[in-house]
Amino acid sequence: MPEVAAARKIRLKVNGVAHEALVEPRTTLADFLRGGLALTGTHVGCEHGVCGACAVLVDGTAVRSCLMLAVQADGAELMTVEGLAESDGKLHPIQEAFVEEHGLQCGFCTPGFLIAIYELLESDPSPSEEAIRDVLGGQMCRCTGYQSILRAVHSAAAKLGAARSASATPGA
Amino acid sequence: MKPAPFEYVAPTTVEEAVSSLSGCDGEAKLLAGGQSLMPLLNMRLARPDLVVDLGRVAALDYIRESDGRLAIGAMTSKRSVERSGLVASRQPLLHAATVLVAHPQIRNRGTVGGSMAQADPAAEYPAMAVALDAELRVVGPDGERSINAEDFFVTYLTTALQPAEVLTEIRVPVLAPGSGWAFTEVARRHGDFAMAGAAVTVTLDAGGHCADAKIVLFGVGPVPVRPRGAEQAVNGERPGEDLYRQAGRKASEEIDEPLSDVHASAEYRRHLAGVMVRRGLAEAVARAAAARGDA
Repeated sequence: MPEVAAARKIRLKVNGVAHEALVEPRTTLADFLRGGLALTGTHVGCEHGVCGACAVLVDGTAVRSCLMLAVQADGAELMTVEGLAESDGKLHPIQEAFVEEHGLQCGFCTPGFLIAIYELLESDPSPSEEAIRDVLGGQMCRCTGYQSILRAVHSAAAKLGAARSASATPGA
Repeated sequence: MKPAPFEYVAPTTVEEAVSSLSGCDGEAKLLAGGQSLMPLLNMRLARPDLVVDLGRVAALDYIRESDGRLAIGAMTSKRSVERSGLVASRQPLLHAATVLVAHPQIRNRGTVGGSMAQADPAAEYPAMAVALDAELRVVGPDGERSINAEDFFVTYLTTALQPAEVLTEIRVPVLAPGSGWAFTEVARRHGDFAMAGAAVTVTLDAGGHCADAKIVLFGVGPVPVRPRGAEQAVNGERPGEDLYRQAGRKASEEIDEPLSDVHASAEYRRHLAGVMVRRGLAEAVARAAAARGDA
């Protein structure tokens, strides 16, 4: 086994910002985001793909960032939880819904839930109860706040739907 | 935990991947979707010298139909299979097995080939492959060969793949007209590995009797298990709840001692095997009857 493997250069875009970095092959994407880019919003829970706290979007697809190597993200466009709110700090409608519906308790699992729900609502703006539960089932909340999170998803879907029809109305 | 150091290559063709594997002096591991290998690396249960990442081999990502079969590239994600209209319409058992695999994010990354090569006895895909009599295409230093699913799974987490071989494609026949199928499992939580499950296919003959019954159990042995006594008990018989119950009893009696672990005792898995056979047969026969009605 190599004592240490040569670091390699990767280029990727995270939340719209281009980065270039040297990473050891064994560095997970989660550790690179947190340690390399100081984007500590992505939380590391179980480190073996079970809890979902470390979810990020890679080229629009939600993945467990503890189950991906940073070198595998070379050339990719990522979004982390830090990319949800607007630059002036205005929260994303999914985040607003979490606040209003008490979708977060201790908050540790929240970044993963937000990313998972973002991916769901991007591909399916009015998801069925079953589709929502399928997605939430992949995220662990040890405070067991699932009912509030479920309500937050419904509320977020409604908010996003209203925003879409407002922007589609001419003159609005 | 964090992975121990390893060298890393990301070939763009199967041939490069094979030569990386055969050129490695120590232990080399193929990285497909990483949903099984990455946990093993993170927990240092796997400490390979070299990781060969297939993620840049774009030519292994496809779903095609030809000659009555679906050919699926080994690097096709479960999510692509799940969303494939071709799969849903031409081989619904494969679709049903896919949506039972873990959670959406795992299916986003996890691949068809990865599940086969990992050969977890509680996983859905190996049982699906045996039930559908899949053919697995592999490429190695000496060229290409194909392996039947039943010969591919050797024992726990062990396949017929040689160290420098790469699984490139799986081929499954499309659903035969008049054929009924079922894919059923019991897990503690939705998305968990099943404690036991069954894939079942069956047809009904002109007189309405069961024929060509094939039953594959998973989670109850080191590889997907065919309870042949239960299959024989079904063939030629008139379908009904008593027959399914009898086949379930036979299956749970004839299988070897299942694994006993924190998730379920051997005794409970044996019981579940029978329940899965009974439910699977009922569902598969109902579909076969509906298919006959449609014809």
